[in-house]
Amino acid sequence: MSTRTLPPVNPTTTAPPAPSHRPAGPGPSGPADPEPGRAPVEGLPATAPLARALGAALRDALAADDRVVLLGEDVGRLGGVFRITDGLQEAFGEHRVVDSPLGESGIVGAAIGLAMRGYRPVCEIQFDGFVYPAFDQIVTQLARLHQRSGGHLRMPVTIRVPYGGGIGAVEHHSESPEAYFAHTPGLRILTPSTAADGYLLLRQAVACDDPVIFFEPKRRYWERGPLAAPENPPLPLERARVALPGTDATLIAYGPMVRTCLDAASAASAEGRSLEVIDLRSLAPLDWPTLTDSVRRTGRAVVVHEAPVTAGLGAEIVARLTDACFFHLEAPIGRVGGYHTPYPPARLEKAYLPDLDRVLDAVDRTFSC
Amino acid sequence: MGVGDRPEEQYGVRLLRPDGVLVEHPRFAPLLGAEDLGSCYGAMLRARRLDEEATALQRQGELALWIPLRGQEAAQVGSARAALTSDFMFPSYREHAVAWERGLPPLEVLRLLRGGTHGGWDPMAHNLANYALVLATQALHAVGYALGVQLDALRSRPATLDVARTAAGNAIVGRPRIEEEAVANFTAKQLLGHPTIERETKGVGRPDELVGRPMKTPEGAIVGRPRNTGDGSGTAVLVYLGDGAMSQGDANEAFVWAASFGAPVVFFCTNNQWAISTPAARQSRVPLAERASGFGFPGVRVDGNDVVAVHSVTSWALDRARRGEGPTLVEAYTYRMGPHTTSDDPTRYRPADEEACWRALDPIDRLGRLLAADRGEAWFAARRAEAEDAAARLREDTLALPDPPPDAFFDDVLVTETDEARAERARFRAYQESFQA
Repeated sequence: MSTRTLPPVNPTTTAPPAPSHRPAGPGPSGPADPEPGRAPVEGLPATAPLARALGAALRDALAADDRVVLLGEDVGRLGGVFRITDGLQEAFGEHRVVDSPLGESGIVGAAIGLAMRGYRPVCEIQFDGFVYPAFDQIVTQLARLHQRSGGHLRMPVTIRVPYGGGIGAVEHHSESPEAYFAHTPGLRILTPSTAADGYLLLRQAVACDDPVIFFEPKRRYWERGPLAAPENPPLPLERARVALPGTDATLIAYGPMVRTCLDAASAASAEGRSLEVIDLRSLAPLDWPTLTDSVRRTGRAVVVHEAPVTAGLGAEIVARLTDACFFHLEAPIGRVGGYHTPYPPARLEKAYLPDLDRVLDAVDRTFSC
Repeated sequence: MGVGDRPEEQYGVRLLRPDGVLVEHPRFAPLLGAEDLGSCYGAMLRARRLDEEATALQRQGELALWIPLRGQEAAQVGSARAALTSDFMFPSYREHAVAWERGLPPLEVLRLLRGGTHGGWDPMAHNLANYALVLATQALHAVGYALGVQLDALRSRPATLDVARTAAGNAIVGRPRIEEEAVANFTAKQLLGHPTIERETKGVGRPDELVGRPMKTPEGAIVGRPRNTGDGSGTAVLVYLGDGAMSQGDANEAFVWAASFGAPVVFFCTNNQWAISTPAARQSRVPLAERASGFGFPGVRVDGNDVVAVHSVTSWALDRARRGEGPTLVEAYTYRMGPHTTSDDPTRYRPADEEACWRALDPIDRLGRLLAADRGEAWFAARRAEAEDAAARLREDTLALPDPPPDAFFDDVLVTETDEARAERARFRAYQESFQA
């Protein structure tokens, strides 16, 4: 495991303070659940698909704090188009699990107002490609109100966005818009790749007093995994995880590409090459100590994401790692990702998406310098 | 047709004519007492004087920008005084008099426009959100806040502050007298003690003076939605937006949400005729207040230069919200007498005679004519002196404002500063200090 020179900053290891405008006196004085993720996942088996883990996290968050409110299109009666919120309206009522009018700007704008009144809204944007109508509210309002108000307002708003391709969908249903948000100060960006992180990170997101864009890898929704976090205590929300330790090169991935990279590492291992796989989990902020520690050890790295390579998150990671690890590098850091085209129609997406072969190709290039 | 030729109906609900005569209206009666009217006059005069001072400070290089409110004093003071201290207000960016009515020190607005902060004040201290420069974004925030007010009722305990009912109040003078029913506390005769009412008889249902007739929100639309307490003691939300903002998608989404959930919110549209150089006619082919009926809630146009009517109509709308009867759109028909901002030159796009016509409708002169009937020159001189004092204090305080520390822009980006942000700030400081050595 990596070592760190600084202890991680973790807003959830201590109970987040109550919003500054809350009066003393009767009523809840902070989250009823100071250590989300530590609670047992009741009523669920030891393993579950990511989608079920996310649903369990929302259910437990709603139960733990009656200031948590879900807003989104079709999240109530239908349970969401991916059924993540299945059964929640029945359990918590239509006023806490709100079927919203259709309008993403309205969902985020209303969530901001609810947060100002002391609530902790969790928004669902139905698909990645529909987040753009809410882009203005997220970038010009949600991300800035804490600073604009001189620190007086807090925006504990979580925006869940199913993202990524590989599901054979029509246009606007397979995109990876995370770089737009990573470029914006004032937001935290999380993306789980496993069921355990689906539960843990979503609980941490809801408990966090900063706005969180929570990207869910929709093509991994039905992949099953253990629900309990492998670490005890669980990782803080801004820490990356070494998903697979290795010695020869580092694969840096997140969300849907973590599985792809683990498969690539498994194939490489058959060829006698030991690849380390890092699951970023947090895209903003990025966990530089974990990344630099790994790359300084291996001397080689490839960043993998579905989003277009051009001006993508990989560009930032490569630039920063090159700066921090320059004298440890054996080769330029590689990037594998989408091409600089609109996401293709379903029958072409297999060729567009990074896969095991493209990842291993990029790894080979780092050994041919 | 010049502005002066406009039919009187065009100005909407009017209780105080430009010649200073109070008139009766079939639906709305004055709610401001004689003392309140005097206080409103002082507040409007002060707002205008502070506005002039701020423009001068900008011209002298002391402010980065100023956003003049001249001409909109009645719309701002009248509407702000209709709100209870427990109500929450969302300004746009020209509502300085609203902010000052909420008890925000005048300097706080100048601190922003001097360039020291993008907002700065604690919204919860005065139940007043920070300014919103991206048009109509605040309309959705207001609706969300109003949904939270509804949820409070469901939770049977306040999510935030009932304490605010009184907290901000001590800073506010001339608070509204209505807390229960939208009825007049005074007839105009009682309140003035002399007959200035032109028509002695009550009007009998002339709703044509109302642009966008009030109607009840269809009950079915909001059945089962948690209500504000039925006795009208709940919180209402008042949000300001301009005629230009009415064209924004967010305004329309806010109307949809507010109507759908019966949210306790009043949309106060200040139609000052110009969105920088774009006339209101480019925003809408119908009077803006009429838009409301398409969304399923009442819309009323009110003479925005008539502080009495603005106060009465806004009070009625807020009272509806507090009683759980849903949203209302109030269109205050007024005029931006100055430029959009100190960077603007209105002579490039609008005729000077238009300004002259509106000058004759001036909100402060109008109230002054009414008050002159029983107040002498000494009283007016005292108000002018108060305004002068306030302006002098504002200038002094503005010039004394310290610049924020150079690394202040790193503050409050996130609630918990990340390692990365801390490191970046440290590099910035080191770089800055390298020039000191």
